[in-house]
Amino acid sequence: MERTKLDLWVGMFVVAGIAALVMLALKVGNLSTYNVSETYQVQAYFTNIGGLKPKASIRSAGVLVGRVTDISLDTDRYEAKVSMSLDKRYQFPKDTFANILTSGLLGEQYIGLSPGGDSEMLKTGDQIKKTQSAMVLEDLIGKFIYSKADGADK
Amino acid sequence: MPIVKTITGVGHRVVNAVWRIGIAARFFALTLTHSGSGFRRFGLIKKELFSTGVMSLIIIIVAGLFVGMVLGLQGYETLKRFGSESALGVMVALGLVRELGPVVAALLFASRAGSAMTAEIGLMKATEQISAMELMAVNPIARIVAPRFWAGVISMPLLAAMFSAAGIFGGYFVGVVQIGVDEGSFWSQMQAAVDFRHDIMNGVLKSFVFGVVVTVIALFEGYDAPPTAEGVSGATTRTVVTSSLAILMLDFVLTAMMFGGSE
Repeated sequence: MERTKLDLWVGMFVVAGIAALVMLALKVGNLSTYNVSETYQVQAYFTNIGGLKPKASIRSAGVLVGRVTDISLDTDRYEAKVSMSLDKRYQFPKDTFANILTSGLLGEQYIGLSPGGDSEMLKTGDQIKKTQSAMVLEDLIGKFIYSKADGADK
Repeated sequence: MPIVKTITGVGHRVVNAVWRIGIAARFFALTLTHSGSGFRRFGLIKKELFSTGVMSLIIIIVAGLFVGMVLGLQGYETLKRFGSESALGVMVALGLVRELGPVVAALLFASRAGSAMTAEIGLMKATEQISAMELMAVNPIARIVAPRFWAGVISMPLLAAMFSAAGIFGGYFVGVVQIGVDEGSFWSQMQAAVDFRHDIMNGVLKSFVFGVVVTVIALFEGYDAPPTAEGVSGATTRTVVTSSLAILMLDFVLTAMMFGGSE
């Protein structure tokens, strides 16, 4: 085989392989949405996080504004401490309300932020004070059964 | 005593197997230490890249396309029962990028390029070309083995990436174009679920490991083959069998290390 032809084929092979990798990274993976745009970190305490997982999305009015970075149990207050990083472009008032919501009936869980009316904005290291825990289906069913049983006694 | 004889036979086999693994490990170390000159003469590696990488392109891309199409079809049938057809993209992409891309591409690579490598080197040995090189004070490991090793290691991740890309296109073709899954949710759910570092880079790492294992097995079997016609054919068969088993076993170990349990 001629030298230049060999070079051409090998070059095409390597370029095609790298193009496939880039395509996987950008089109299939989340590298394009993994924007390194500036973020700020806030914490929130929940009495029960249900099935929330790290990397779960944080949405406000349905728009993705950040991701959960870390979940741990705070043994001082025995509550779940959720750290999240929010996009710098979206500023939220200090009295923002954080809810753990479920997308669909059995879908994955995410944090929904509903902004309050404070004029001061959340900064890195701040804590979201007003939180509402996840709705746990078993608890709901349990309550429902208890209330039914109460009703039957009377 | 027939029992003693049987036990001795078992022991003989085990010792032989361990012995062979030891020789293969020394062979691998020798290849690594002699690959410096291969990089200085990059033309050698390039020539091998052509015969292992470029010549495997067609089988890899066609196989990837069809594997993706089957995944799209089967995935749709299953996901339809749960009313979550829109997750088809996630299923196809994760299945390909994490598992099927590296594994099937490596299996194809072992049978397409690995067997050719073994047969080539085995024949070189049978026709005493390797002894001739040694007589000319050319180190056959540096001249023959190392370029092939690096060509295999370089082309395997690229081939696996192409396999996955072709497979995702095949899944897209069947799922979106033929069946009519919503195109937007196909891509957006895929992008939301597939993580670059966790899924794609681990897949690339897997295919890199497979590339090392397959080429080392192929080269060692060729170099170690008895210099007869039967010896070469036996070595070629052993290359395909051993490397396929090694790929599948290593895949389990790697998967357990990368994705096992921890969420």
